Amino acid sequence: MTVETPDVLVVGAGPAGLAAADAARKVGARVALLDAAEDAGGQYWRHLPAQRPAAHERVLHHGWDRFTALRGQEMLTNAQVWLAERHDDRPPTLHVLVGPADGRDRVRRTFAPKALVLATGAYERTLPFPGWDLPGVFTAGAAQALAKSERIAVGRRVLVAGAGPFLLPVASSLVRTGAEVVGVLEANGWPRLGRGWSRRPAELLATRHKAGELAGYVRDLARHRIPYRAATAVVAAHGAERVSSVTVARLDPQWAPIPGTSRDVSVDAVCVSHGFVPRVELAVSAGCGLDAYGAVVTDHDGRTTVPGVYAAGEVTGIGGADLALAEGVVAGLAAAGATASDAQRRSRSENQRFAARLEAAHGIRPGWVGWLGDDTTVCRCEEVTAGDLRAGAAATGSRGLRSLKLSTRAGLGVCQGRVCGRTVEELLHRHTGGLLDPGRTEQRPLAAFVRLGELAAAEEQEHQ
Amino acid sequence: MKVIVVGAGIVGAAVARELAAAGVSVTVLDRSASAGGTSSAGEGNLLVSDKGPGAELALALRSLTLWRSILPEISDSFPSIEYEAKGGLVVATTPAGATALHAFAETQRAAGVSASSVNGLDYEPDLNPAHTAAVLYPQDAQVQPAIATEALLAAARRHGAVVRQEVEVLGPVRSGERLSGVLTSDGEIHADHVVVAAGPWSGEAARRLGVDLPVRPRRGTILVTTRMRRRIHHKVYDADYVGAVGSDDAALQTSSVVESTAAGTVLIGSSRERRGFDERIEARVLSAVAAKALVLFPFLTDVAVMRAYGGFRPFVPDHLPVIGPDPRRPGLWHATGHEGAGIVLSTATGELLTDLLLNRPPRVDAAAFAVDRPTLLPHLEPARG
Amino acid sequence: METHRDPVRPGETSPITIIVDGAPVRGLDGQTVAGVLMGAGRLAWRTTRNGRPRGVFCGIGVCHDCLVAVNGLPDVRACQRRAADGDSISTEEQA
Repeated sequence: MTVETPDVLVVGAGPAGLAAADAARKVGARVALLDAAEDAGGQYWRHLPAQRPAAHERVLHHGWDRFTALRGQEMLTNAQVWLAERHDDRPPTLHVLVGPADGRDRVRRTFAPKALVLATGAYERTLPFPGWDLPGVFTAGAAQALAKSERIAVGRRVLVAGAGPFLLPVASSLVRTGAEVVGVLEANGWPRLGRGWSRRPAELLATRHKAGELAGYVRDLARHRIPYRAATAVVAAHGAERVSSVTVARLDPQWAPIPGTSRDVSVDAVCVSHGFVPRVELAVSAGCGLDAYGAVVTDHDGRTTVPGVYAAGEVTGIGGADLALAEGVVAGLAAAGATASDAQRRSRSENQRFAARLEAAHGIRPGWVGWLGDDTTVCRCEEVTAGDLRAGAAATGSRGLRSLKLSTRAGLGVCQGRVCGRTVEELLHRHTGGLLDPGRTEQRPLAAFVRLGELAAAEEQEHQ
Repeated sequence: MKVIVVGAGIVGAAVARELAAAGVSVTVLDRSASAGGTSSAGEGNLLVSDKGPGAELALALRSLTLWRSILPEISDSFPSIEYEAKGGLVVATTPAGATALHAFAETQRAAGVSASSVNGLDYEPDLNPAHTAAVLYPQDAQVQPAIATEALLAAARRHGAVVRQEVEVLGPVRSGERLSGVLTSDGEIHADHVVVAAGPWSGEAARRLGVDLPVRPRRGTILVTTRMRRRIHHKVYDADYVGAVGSDDAALQTSSVVESTAAGTVLIGSSRERRGFDERIEARVLSAVAAKALVLFPFLTDVAVMRAYGGFRPFVPDHLPVIGPDPRRPGLWHATGHEGAGIVLSTATGELLTDLLLNRPPRVDAAAFAVDRPTLLPHLEPARG
Repeated sequence: METHRDPVRPGETSPITIIVDGAPVRGLDGQTVAGVLMGAGRLAWRTTRNGRPRGVFCGIGVCHDCLVAVNGLPDVRACQRRAADGDSISTEEQA
């Protein structure tokens, strides 16, 4: 089997990965850029496919010109990295399957790069609530993805809820895709939002592009008379085969529902996101250290704790596309053996301060468990309820996440705990008085489905 | 009488339950969480089929009897341990393998194992029709090993045992030559006896208590498929498995072990390799395991694998568990070295250790598992200090 | 949304037809399997072991709620797989 040995291998062709590959190429490195999707752009610059090229794609996007400048690079799409093999003396070897998503006859390729840049992004975290597994409940990212790459609105009357500024562009996209948005609910109250966003306003000037983007979304809400409510959350969804209404309630500053404040709202879809989870499978397999939020730890040049492995973008912490681009440039240069300029480094650190505001203003607060019932599904795949987790911890007395996952089956289903993992860990942490092996949820040696036939074919190749 | 059991895996749990049931005051210590090591990294095999005549087979047969008898006790008020007496089907993939398999089964029958030569397709309709020479072992069974461990620990607690997690053994507490307790991360704990049941970490635990024990990790890797309609009904493995289990080779060996779980997934093993406590999952191992599984069940080719995990079996040079007192250090006992058979052997191990410790007549040949048996003696050194 | 009213102005594309549990469903070239199903008004297609209906939840390939079988291959994420004209989709098929 041939092993490819680029100078720099970049995984992920969203803003960070595109910027990293571009920067590394510009200083002469031989670069391979991979993405699991059919097209570049990541979630941020998701767009209609080549079969349906849009005349006014930029209507749904910010920084589209930057994307069009970056997207022309050579890259390998439909390339799913499924395993990163750690070595003691060099960057990891990445095993890749190239072909249609989850397909059976994908072509196997193997990369042993001199340097690796992980730009694998993040996905949304949605906290469970009664009824959240009904059809018609989506993550906000699903609404974005369907609007941007399918031109499908997830519903006719849609409520957007959760926490964070990312809810705003979702509302805008929904409106531009023909949906009526009946409201945007932010779990945090105005005092916390104000403290998080108004502190040191001069800092925001440095990130004026990001700030301007947000202001545009706020204008959209006003233009379409979409109410924005703080300290409010969706605490239940109702319906038989699909959502027909949701219960919303006021929250206290710790996100606990305030009794007597709930009311029902008739909708046919609801989009809920409470934050993001960095996509760290490959980083964990590579041995990279993570911070308290589960993001990959990097230094000012994007170096992870593993020599030869760099990371950029949302996988290093949630900060938006501008930060991802800045981090990508710096990491791409460092991976190629060059050094970023002071201006490039400054752009990175200014945008990192923006990221810190996000956490201060919007981070998840523990009171949300107040809207959980014992019969609320927590693990969607294996249909494990909050009550099952409590009962499992009580029956076993174990303080082991591994053991408790195996005895309750929470996190053992097809998504491998990607959706519920953090939540399961947090709930079990409370029930056990402290887990002794926290963080295991992020250990997924297989980063994606692989068919047994695809695995076995590699064995045959090795013996030819 | 007070006894400390080091290790809250399945063997420690079974030992604790048996001792506590006999009225002994038991404290189980684990440096981390219960069921967090080898006991939650395997398939939950309760096998007699892979064992030739001898002491280990006798221990396995006794264990199966004990498993059945304690099921009502440990199934109560607990998640199901998913005990399933599904039977094992061993399939020969070559003509020579078929001859060897049938000869092996003949010796097992003489030792009390139910084993009948069958056409594999009669029992597994989706088996590769090219490989039908098979032996059916109806005594083989399966449990979910992590839940079984927790259930045994819970039973031990009901008999009065105390389970302390996050308490690490650091050294011995001595009264002259005798071990009279352990120094832990949470202070000294005194006891009349200390039982090391730390699986592949038993060598390290024994070393901290002043003796060496040649227990080393032997790596294994398992693939887990997505949930599917049940198409595999027994514990199905290829006849090479028996050779790999008994091998001393440190290099990678694979043989196919395929079975369905109560959750609807299929577990696919197995690999054996001695390379220390190296947790890395490697493509070459996964590919080799997958290729062997497809020889048995070609339909699996389109099935998605969603997870791979690895674990460490406690390997002992002569392939027999170590159960009993350590003559080099009075007060120290071992219950370890079960390699890949710890789940099944845990119950009779607990019984044997309890019989020996309470001076009751053992129900199996205790000498075969003694620390100073002739085949292990060359690997032992005198106690230190 | 309807192309002529769409501010993004998507380009012309050819219609495709996929077969979903035996019945033809019309979509557009370039859509994912999930896109075709949702475009045809279907919100749910998979059923969990407890009988609960499921469709798209995360839309970006993470949650695996939208799994379908494509041309006999089970466990394909409908939100990630591009639909091809004539694809046969089964919503309940397991390996």
